[in-house]
Amino acid sequence: MSDLMKVSSNPHVRSKSTTSSIMLTVVIALLPAAGFGIYNFGPKALLLILVTVASTVATEFAFEKICKKKITIGDYSAVVTGLLLALNLPVSAPWWIGVVGGVFAILVVKMLFGGIGQNFMNPALGARCFLLISFTSIMTNFDCDAYTGATPLAALKSGESVNILDMVIGRTAGTIGETSMIAIVIGACILILFGIIDLRIPGTYIVTLAVFVTLFGGRGFNWPYISAHLSGGGLMLGAFFMATDYVTRPITKKGQYVFGFLLGVLTGIFRIFGPSAEGVSYAIIIGNLLVPLIEKVTLPKAFGKGGEKA
Amino acid sequence: MAKLTFNGGIHPYDGKDLSKDKPIRAVLPKGDLVYPLSQHIGAPAKPVVEKGDHVLTGQKIAEAGGFVSAPIYATVSGTVKAIEPRRVVTGDSVMSIIIENDGLYEEVEYPERKPLEEMTREEIIECVKEAGIVGMGGAGFPTFIKLSPKEPEKIDYVIANCAECEPYLTSDYRRMLEEPEKLVGGLKVSLKLFENARGILAVEDNKPDCIELLKNLTKDEPRISVKELKTKYPQGAERQIIYATTGRAINSSMLPADAGCVVNNVDTVVAIYHAVVEGKPLMNRIVTVTGDAIADPCNFIVRIGTNYHELVEEAGGFKQEPVKVVSGGPMMGFALFGLDVPTTKTASALLCLTEDEVSRMEPSACINCGRCVEVCPGRVVPRLLADYAEHYDEEAFLSHDGMECCECGCCSFVCPAKRPLTQTIKSMRKMQLAKKKK
Repeated sequence: MSDLMKVSSNPHVRSKSTTSSIMLTVVIALLPAAGFGIYNFGPKALLLILVTVASTVATEFAFEKICKKKITIGDYSAVVTGLLLALNLPVSAPWWIGVVGGVFAILVVKMLFGGIGQNFMNPALGARCFLLISFTSIMTNFDCDAYTGATPLAALKSGESVNILDMVIGRTAGTIGETSMIAIVIGACILILFGIIDLRIPGTYIVTLAVFVTLFGGRGFNWPYISAHLSGGGLMLGAFFMATDYVTRPITKKGQYVFGFLLGVLTGIFRIFGPSAEGVSYAIIIGNLLVPLIEKVTLPKAFGKGGEKA
Repeated sequence: MAKLTFNGGIHPYDGKDLSKDKPIRAVLPKGDLVYPLSQHIGAPAKPVVEKGDHVLTGQKIAEAGGFVSAPIYATVSGTVKAIEPRRVVTGDSVMSIIIENDGLYEEVEYPERKPLEEMTREEIIECVKEAGIVGMGGAGFPTFIKLSPKEPEKIDYVIANCAECEPYLTSDYRRMLEEPEKLVGGLKVSLKLFENARGILAVEDNKPDCIELLKNLTKDEPRISVKELKTKYPQGAERQIIYATTGRAINSSMLPADAGCVVNNVDTVVAIYHAVVEGKPLMNRIVTVTGDAIADPCNFIVRIGTNYHELVEEAGGFKQEPVKVVSGGPMMGFALFGLDVPTTKTASALLCLTEDEVSRMEPSACINCGRCVEVCPGRVVPRLLADYAEHYDEEAFLSHDGMECCECGCCSFVCPAKRPLTQTIKSMRKMQLAKKKK
C-alpha cells in the first residue's frame, strides 16, 4: 500500500449535489415556461432567448478571460440568468436588447461585484430594470403578431375585465415567459421536488399580495380580481424563480418569511398605487437590497439557546 | 407517535450492509502493542512500569495523571520494550508504552466483586474509575466523572446511546445483537447510582432487530425503556440524543447533567458492566473494519494497543489499494497518514476507501443556498461562521454562536459549492478553545 494517503479534516464524504447540478435543474425547470413562450409568441421568441443566453455566457467568459480568472461558465449560472432575462423581455424587442441586457446583467450586476455568489441583486432583474428605464417604449411594447393591446394587468388597472382562464394558460400579451401560470407552476414543482427551493418565500409572497390587493385594491374580496393579480404579470415567474434566487434572498428561515412578506407588500403598492401595472421586478430588487438587514435581525437562535425547536 | 428526532441533520449513504451481518470475531495481536498515555480527554496517564518489566494481561501499566484522566491496562502478557513517543490516529506523536507480546496471554487474577445490590455508590464509581473507562463513542471523556455529578438525585435519565448514526459503523449494532444482556446489565449498574432516574436505550430505527431484542429483554424492567429514534445523522450526538429522547436542550456551556441526563455509548455501558460486575478493567473494544478497499469487512473485538495493520490483515487485507483510511466513521473520523497506529479506547472503526471524494472536489464560491442552515443540528449559520473564521473575526464568530458548533460535518456534507465549512469552523473553534485554556 502506498505511503501517501490522502489526509484531510472530517467529514470525508460529500453529497452529490453541486452548484452546476442545481443551476442545471433550474434551467430545466424554466423550460416549460420558455417552451410555452415560443409556442405562444412564435420563433422570434426562441431567437431572443438564444441571443440573450449567448450574450450572458459570452460576457462571463470574456470577463474572466480578460481578468485571467477561473472560467466559471460551467456552473450554468450565466445560462440561468440569460434565460430568466429573456423570459422577461417582450417578444417585440429587437435582438440587441437581449445582448445589451445580457452584458449588463453579467458584467455590471454580477462580475463587477465579484462573480457568482457575490452579487447583491438578481442579475436578470437588475438588467430588466435597466432596460425598462433606458428603453421604456421597447420594453413596454407588447404588441406582436399574436396579440395587440394591453397586458391583462394593464387592462385590469384601467378597469377592463380580463379572461382568467386565458391568463392561467398563458394566452395573453406579456413578456415571453411570464404569461403562462401553468407552465411556471410546473417548473416550480420541479424545483420543489428536487429540493432546490421551498415554499417559504413564494408562498408568503403570493399570500401577502393576495391579502394586500384584497385590502387595498378597492374591490374587496373579489375573487376574479384577486386571481387576475396572482396569475397576471410577472408574479409567478418572479415568486418562484427570482425571489428564490439563492444569492439574493436571506439565508435565514425567518428572514425568508420576512422577505416574502416584504415583496408582497411592495408589489401590491407598485401595482395598485404606482403608475405602472407591474411591480414584481422592482419589488424584488428593492427586497434584494434589504437582504443583509433582514438577515441581521432574523439570525436563528442556537440549539440549547432556544433554537432547538425551529 | 412521531419518531423521536431533532431538527436538521442529513442522510448520507450508510454503508452498513458491508459489515452488519458479520458476527464479532476476536483478534489476537501478533506484534508489539502500543498504549498511548493520552487516549482520553484530560491529563495523560503516568506509567507505573519500566522498560524491561514483565506484565500480565489486565495489569495496570499507567495510572491516572490527574483528576480528569484514566489509567491504562496491559491487554497482553509480555515485556515492556520501551516508553517513547508514537504516532496516533490524530497524526500527533504521543508518549506511549510499548509491550512486546509473549503470545501467552497470561492474565492477572481479577478482583472478586460483591453482588451489585450490596455495593455502594462510591464503590461502583471507584470500580469504573479504576477500570480506566472513558467515553468510547469517540470523545474519550473519563466515565466516572460523568457518573458522579454534583447532585445525583437530580438525574432523571440515564441514556444508553445506541444510535450509531455514523455511516459504515456496525460495532455497536453487533454488540447489541450479541451481548444485549451486558448492555442492559451495564445500564442497571448506572441506574443504581441515580435513584430517581429512568434508563433509556435509544436506538435508531434502522436497527429493528436490536429494538425488538432489547424490548424483550427489558420488558420486566420498570425503570428501563427502549426508545426508537429516527435514522438520521447525527442522531447519536450527545445534545441531539438528549433532545430527541427527553425534549431537553443543552448548549455548549452546559453538561448533560444540567438537563438531568447522563449519556453513555454502547461500548462504554458494556465496559461499566465488565468493570463493576466482572471486575475487569477496560482492555478491549469492538472495531468495525470496513470500506470498499477491504476484502472481507468485519467486526472485531480488539485488544487495545493492537496495530491497525493487523486488523486489516485479519479482514483479508486490501482487495484494492485504499486512497483514504479513516479511523472512525466518515463524518467525524480521523484520516490517517498510514496504518502504523494503535487501536485506542476511542477507535470505533477503521474505514478504508478506494476513492477520496473530498480531494476530487474543488471548492467554489458560496451561492448562499442555505442548505448548511437547514441541516445544522446546532441551529447556527455555518455559512456566516465559516466566513468569520476565514477572516479571523473572533468577535463576530463568537457572537454568532460559533462555539455551539459540534463539528458534526453536516454543513460540509451538503454544501453544493463543496466548501470546507466544518473544517474552517473547526479550526477557529480550536483556536478559541486553546485561548480559553490559557
